[in-house]
Amino acid sequence: MSRGAAASRRLAWLLCAPALAAMLLVAAWPMLHALWLSLFRYDLRFPDRTEFVGLHNYLSVLGSEVWWQALFNTLLITVASVSVELVLGFAFALVMHRALVGRRIVRTALLVPYGIITVVAAMAWRFAFDPVTGFVDALPGLDHAWLAERGPAFFVIVQTEIWKTTPFMALLLLAGLALVPEELLRAARVDGAGAVQRFRRITLPLMRPVILVALLFRTLDAFRIFDTVFVLTRGAQDTESVSLVGYNTLVTRLNLGLGSAVSVLIFLCVLAIAALYIRGFGIDLSRREEGR
Amino acid sequence: MTSARGRRERLLWGAGSVLVVCYALVPVAWLLSLSLKRGADLGDHRFLPAVVSLEHYRAVFQDPQFAAALWNSVGIAGLSTLAALLPGLLAAYAIVRLEFPGRRLLLAATLAIAMFPPVSIVGPLFDLWRSLGLYDTWPGLILPYMTFTLPLAIWTLSAFLRDIPWELEKAARVDGATPMQALLRIILPLAAPGVFSAAILVFLFAWNDFLFAISLTSTDNARTVPAAIAFFTGSSRFEQPTGSIAAASVVVTLPVVLVVLLFQRRIVAGLTAGAVKG
Repeated sequence: MSRGAAASRRLAWLLCAPALAAMLLVAAWPMLHALWLSLFRYDLRFPDRTEFVGLHNYLSVLGSEVWWQALFNTLLITVASVSVELVLGFAFALVMHRALVGRRIVRTALLVPYGIITVVAAMAWRFAFDPVTGFVDALPGLDHAWLAERGPAFFVIVQTEIWKTTPFMALLLLAGLALVPEELLRAARVDGAGAVQRFRRITLPLMRPVILVALLFRTLDAFRIFDTVFVLTRGAQDTESVSLVGYNTLVTRLNLGLGSAVSVLIFLCVLAIAALYIRGFGIDLSRREEGR
Repeated sequence: MTSARGRRERLLWGAGSVLVVCYALVPVAWLLSLSLKRGADLGDHRFLPAVVSLEHYRAVFQDPQFAAALWNSVGIAGLSTLAALLPGLLAAYAIVRLEFPGRRLLLAATLAIAMFPPVSIVGPLFDLWRSLGLYDTWPGLILPYMTFTLPLAIWTLSAFLRDIPWELEKAARVDGATPMQALLRIILPLAAPGVFSAAILVFLFAWNDFLFAISLTSTDNARTVPAAIAFFTGSSRFEQPTGSIAAASVVVTLPVVLVVLLFQRRIVAGLTAGAVKG
């Protein structure tokens, strides 16, 4: 290897060192620490009773109703919100792509839900569906104890999530739509292809990589749902998400051993979802970094 | 194609635009209207206030907890942005401009962090921060925010840096500029829009975070706006603080709306740079 290459290598590592150090110290190391803690009985309220218990914490978590219920809830919220977001996001993206007059206004309006604090968004919807302060109850046919029953509570959670994050989906898809050559669509139209046919045969296949990346990001994000559920129900009516279970065990009950086991299991779930997308759908994330 | 058909289509897309705008803005309008209702009217089930009153805004601005939270949020999110952008910029430069064997490793690491569930490290950080004296302090939140926004910063920045015409740097050197001059005078101005985009996205992330904010803080020392709003108790313990929460929410949402209005092009560019290009 030439001396120039070696020097550039050294410089590269030097430049990357601060970022790498932060990621190792504040993310990787605490994760390993969680792995370690999960093997102990370690309750901050009874620190003197700390002892090594092997996989006992994992057995407790995996044997508990709460974990499986929360996992089911989280998957339900994830699948429901991400699938609606994809459809709605596509509709919004098409509106922005096609509308000549209102395009800028639509884009500005959509950035408001994206930029708003999630807790604030959840508060707005909580007040809207509240039996005392809300206006939804007053609408005909919608008189319901929304957050006091399981089904309706899920509906409110999912629709809050959809409202907050569809703009992200729509903006990514809009950028993807710009990659579809207009001449191709026009040619297909001349050849007699209908709108649906053009969308299914031309737009969708060309946008596949963008759609998959958007789906991957949103799925992982939705699986980590915490703020919305915390504000809307705090997990009441059996709406707890896995992140909420982790938080309650760790921070509210101060049971670091058991809570760490929950944390590690959540991490494994996220890994599994990422692997599913990357292997199953063949997203090549590294390719996008290689430049054009 | 007939012009009637074209007009009908345009009308359809126009109507769609109106619908989308309403969908995006109704909850914000609702918060605003709720915050302007009188305390006695909060339960009137109407969308718009019968009488406009500023009582909740007065209450919120007299509340020292809210002022503290606002200061904490602005300071912590601002410093986190700086803390993430500097190492992010260095790493992005290395990724775009230098060949080195660890490049893929670095990108894999950032990808892993981007997918990482924050709740997985809340426990250990809570434990560590208490023993290191970082619990309930600004650095205690800035460190995780910096770390979790690094992937965002690195991706966005490297996507923008890749588009810079680097030949200009060489040209400036040929014309007699020192390497530092070339970087500061030529490259930095070209990179500024990308850096700005990344900064907005990082700031919004830190500004929005709730999980770390409630797990790693306990008092006005470092409690940020989302945590304060979620745990708002109001001036009176017996009155539902709905109005105050709504007013506080509007106060913290307005700056975001303003930023969005002013810099929407930059935000959208940053959002899509990492995900769509290449």
